[in-house]
Amino acid sequence: MADEKDTQTDAKDTQSNGKGRVAGVIEKVKEQIRPKLNQDLEGLRQPQKTQLYKSIFRVKHEETPRSRSLSVLSNVFLHLHPARINRDAVRYSYTWGMGGITFYLFVVLTFTGVLLMFYYHPTKIQAFRDILYLEHDVPYGKLLRNMHRWGAHLMVLTVWLHMFRVFLTGSYKKPREFNWCVGVILLVLTLLLSFTGYLLPDDQLGFWAVTVGTNMARATPLLGSEGPLGPQLGMTAYNDVRFALLGGSIVDSNALLRAYIWHCIGIPVIASTFMIVHFWRVRKDGGISGPSPVMLAKEIKPERP
Amino acid sequence: MDWHQLWSILSTPDNVPITALLFLVPFYTWYGLRQAFANDRLIAQLETDPVLAKTHPRKTFPFRPGWSKEVPVWPYLLRIEFLAAIIVTVILFVWSVALNAPLEEPANPNLTMNPAKAPWYFLGLQEMLVYFDPWMAGVVLPTLIIVGLMAIPYMDANPLGNGYYTFKQRKWAILAFCFGFLGLWVLMVIIGTIIRGPGWMWFWPGQTWDHNRVIFEVNRDLPDIFGITSMVGKIIFGLIALGVYFGGAGWAIHKLFVMNEFNRKIYQRMTLLQYLALQFFLTTMMLLPLKMVLRLLFRIKYILVSPWANI
Ligand code: HEM
Repeated sequence: MADEKDTQTDAKDTQSNGKGRVAGVIEKVKEQIRPKLNQDLEGLRQPQKTQLYKSIFRVKHEETPRSRSLSVLSNVFLHLHPARINRDAVRYSYTWGMGGITFYLFVVLTFTGVLLMFYYHPTKIQAFRDILYLEHDVPYGKLLRNMHRWGAHLMVLTVWLHMFRVFLTGSYKKPREFNWCVGVILLVLTLLLSFTGYLLPDDQLGFWAVTVGTNMARATPLLGSEGPLGPQLGMTAYNDVRFALLGGSIVDSNALLRAYIWHCIGIPVIASTFMIVHFWRVRKDGGISGPSPVMLAKEIKPERP
Repeated sequence: MDWHQLWSILSTPDNVPITALLFLVPFYTWYGLRQAFANDRLIAQLETDPVLAKTHPRKTFPFRPGWSKEVPVWPYLLRIEFLAAIIVTVILFVWSVALNAPLEEPANPNLTMNPAKAPWYFLGLQEMLVYFDPWMAGVVLPTLIIVGLMAIPYMDANPLGNGYYTFKQRKWAILAFCFGFLGLWVLMVIIGTIIRGPGWMWFWPGQTWDHNRVIFEVNRDLPDIFGITSMVGKIIFGLIALGVYFGGAGWAIHKLFVMNEFNRKIYQRMTLLQYLALQFFLTTMMLLPLKMVLRLLFRIKYILVSPWANI
């Protein structure tokens, strides 16, 4: 804009006169634009005052207890946390952080898993080749597969340690009995998630592990073709639980497809649902259980009525 | 000593978690028990000093009057969570750069893997297959493990030790859980990974895996030892033997349970259902070590033999 004005005035007026007028115009522009520019620069200096920032974060960030609480409570990702917490509960020594790490690993696994899905076809013809392709041709494909594999192993370890911690601190006691049960279901789901994924590369390792694993299903009492009372109830290799799990009487293409669907859709959805309940109950049961003041034997309240 | 064999087992990428387990589980057991013993010392002190018990904040952590009992989640908790996420990410990255996920030959139903091992976290179950038939080891016992774990909060009638580490106040609960978790689960996983070789045979660490090894074992069933040959006789004998086991084990557990004053009080608080459930899960859990001893020391395979199922 300023440039355009300059050329226009240049054309009309004589040179000596023009120089003075140009300077005047520049002065004028400076005068008008500088405060506006300063306003914008102020926004860069203090981004928290901008409309953009306020529209996203809703609350001011100040070092006051109120503002700190609000920044947790008004954030959809953080609001599962309480605003304040027992001062000793933030010590690593109490929770070992294992529940949180388990959840974080679940998130990492979901992320890497979705990326893997872009390259994987659950068919007997393609599955194994897709893994080779991932390992040798896809940029960072090997890293991606490794992270998904080791993340899964790590998650199994952390969930065991989480359960161990919860037991040692007696955190399953009243009022957290039910959340412990939800946890046990999550433990089983974590193991199943890992197990269904084992078959997907369609290599010898997964094939025989799943063969060994599902052969046991044959022996299910009543429902398995080789289980106690199974044959008497009419169970054969073609209609028992193992058949239902594998979609056939041997580990083959149907089994691969079933493992894939359970692994990528079924169990993750169920596990996420139980995790939501688990976290909700941690809050509703009064937050993290401790470290609470020790209780003495003589302080036990008399029996329940 | 075949170091190469040992190394090839330990360095198999899928066995790295076991190596981690070998360090992590003892570490966290120590870490938890150390705090438990610290709290136990505090409890002992407070029990002898009622005046102190009234004023003491009752934690082993430092606390000064005037300190608030709570801190804001932001920044005190969230910064730890962010840090933990970063550390876990770094560990996972380094691990994934350093070691490759295994990939064997394409699946081939005609070429049996020997040993065909389940993933490591299920090796405890596979190890149980040595001692129990598949319907027990693969279906009934896993189900009972899950149901038993879920039943723990409803069977444990001891109100002490809720929300802090302690050993003294929950001695039996902790010993029983550690026996199950460390002794019967983690240890079996480690045995399944490191010890079991071709044919699921026992190879000590450093012993070469001999694919042609044959162990000549004559396993007998308990009724055979008593010279019982008829099927009906075996079934009746087996049921009686199991009954004797459950009765005897139940009695022993009861004796242990009511040995001290405090536990007798807890016992008084339990309902019949709570008590019977506790007995059922504990005695069933002890069935595994019993069968291990019978098999390993006396070469006895089954206690109960019947045309439909063996135990
Ligand atoms: C996918 C698996 C799981 C996830 C993501 C998970 C996550 C969490 C998180 C984040 C917490 C908060 C405290 C902490 O980090 O220790 C928690 C607490 C708890 N978890 Fe889990 N958990 C899982 C499995 C389990 C299992 C297997 C059990 C028990 C068998 C369990 C029982 C509990 C209980 C009782 C609490 C409350 C503890 C307290 O208040 O001190 N959870 N869980």
